[in-house]
Amino acid sequence: MTDIGWIETAVSAARPKAISALLRYFRDLDIAEEAFQEACLKALNLWPQNGPPRDPCAWLIFVGRNAAIDVVRRRSREAELPEEAVLSDLDDAETSLADRLDDAHYRDDILRLLFICCHPDLAATQQVALALRIVSGLTVPQIARAFLVGESAMEQRITRAKSRVAKAGVPFETPGPVERAQRLAAVATMIYLVFNEGYSAASGDIARARLCDEAIRLARLLLRLFPAEPEIMGLTAMMLLQHARLAARFDADGAVILLDDQDRSLWNDAMIAEGLALIDKAMRHRRPGSYLIQAAIAALHARAARPEDTDWPQIDLLYATLEHIQPSPVVTLNRAVAVSKVAGPEAALAMIEPLADPLSGYFHYFGLRGALLTQLGRVDEARDAYDRAIALARTAPEAAHIRMHLDRLAASPATIPASGG
Amino acid sequence: MLYAILCYHSEDVVGSWTKEEDAAVMAKLAIVQQKLASEGRLGPVARLLPTTAATTLRKDQEPPLVLDGPFAETKEQLLGFYLVEGGSLEDILDTTRELAAANPGGAYEVRPVGAFFPGALRP
Repeated sequence: MTDIGWIETAVSAARPKAISALLRYFRDLDIAEEAFQEACLKALNLWPQNGPPRDPCAWLIFVGRNAAIDVVRRRSREAELPEEAVLSDLDDAETSLADRLDDAHYRDDILRLLFICCHPDLAATQQVALALRIVSGLTVPQIARAFLVGESAMEQRITRAKSRVAKAGVPFETPGPVERAQRLAAVATMIYLVFNEGYSAASGDIARARLCDEAIRLARLLLRLFPAEPEIMGLTAMMLLQHARLAARFDADGAVILLDDQDRSLWNDAMIAEGLALIDKAMRHRRPGSYLIQAAIAALHARAARPEDTDWPQIDLLYATLEHIQPSPVVTLNRAVAVSKVAGPEAALAMIEPLADPLSGYFHYFGLRGALLTQLGRVDEARDAYDRAIALARTAPEAAHIRMHLDRLAASPATIPASGG
Repeated sequence: MLYAILCYHSEDVVGSWTKEEDAAVMAKLAIVQQKLASEGRLGPVARLLPTTAATTLRKDQEPPLVLDGPFAETKEQLLGFYLVEGGSLEDILDTTRELAAANPGGAYEVRPVGAFFPGALRP
């Protein structure tokens, strides 16, 4: 690490807690952000000489608060704060502040900060951008790169999201249990959006993979604040288990490698171990929710040393449970992959037939349909399905993948085993 | 005397390392570990998964109570440990300083080991 590298790490680690505490003081996102920014500048000036404070987070909150009080007062044309004592006698004040700021204290602050980012008035992409900017502290250019849009467009998107949030008003009352549960669910969804934004990037793009790391970091943060929430464990586990496959998901040219064809030695063992441990913990609560079930499905893939070791009947069962608690055509489509392995392509095809209408614009529907028809030797129909899939592909690697199937069809019709999932 | 070196660090900080930063720290630590191993002083080494993966069994009641999360909510968390043979406290503190130089931030608790059973894990 470089000389100031450790400061950057400490500051970025403290960011969610510090900003959410500052937001509680000032009840204004912009002021809270500015206050944090001020504190970071002071940290860059002071920490190299003085060494790191015992509790960097408390230091940043304390210094940021003082800096912003100064600004707020100046704005309201009142007397400025006296300069003395703000930094000179920091240690005592910092210690007492740190004592009061245990995690329980931060809990609703951080939840509030995250919750603001998932305001229902905001589109999903705005929620994700806002969370990445404010909570994770990614720069606008970093976020723009991750979304593949221009910087000024992203700047605008974030500014607009912020003003919407400001207009809507920030909920400052301490939430009751029901409200807290609702906020938690909304925040979990938003974190999953962040993850998906990174995961669905169909290439090994580093800027987008970073979004997956950020989502996992946010989920771990949430889990430390709410350690006994099985759905948060499930969400964290699901993301860890999926992200563990990152290095194996794309070939050197950025083309997609499906689960069956991945080099499993490239999977990240530590992430898988953590994901499995979280599932074990969550199962004890005996309240399986949709994240936990999806995590359990991912775990069955992770546990299989070879594709043929995959416990497809169990996966089919888990998807059936998921269909029950969260019915959706996409869940049924995913279940059909398991059904094709357990009961054969014919059964799977019958299962997805009714999805033709609701999923008429869905790339993966036609991808799976093409694969099943290929397995059944119905080459012409398979080609039609693949053609539809290409037309619906959102990324070049997705299209390239389907083209590969079409090429194989052309080369030796009806003899290729399809690879699902 | 055998010592346990208990590694405490802020999970927030360690968790915000990039893969490259993490790998760089591990590589530096490996150099110290290799030296200890070549001197025949290095016992088991463990890096623990995040405290979010922890479960605590409170056994001060019957039946014991199983709780999600680590035993103690602290600003810095127990993230790993070493077992190292050291001639004296000064020796082991020197070793700890070498580890600290490779991985600054947080704290090492040096704790003499009373009884040690190496055990035998099936591979």
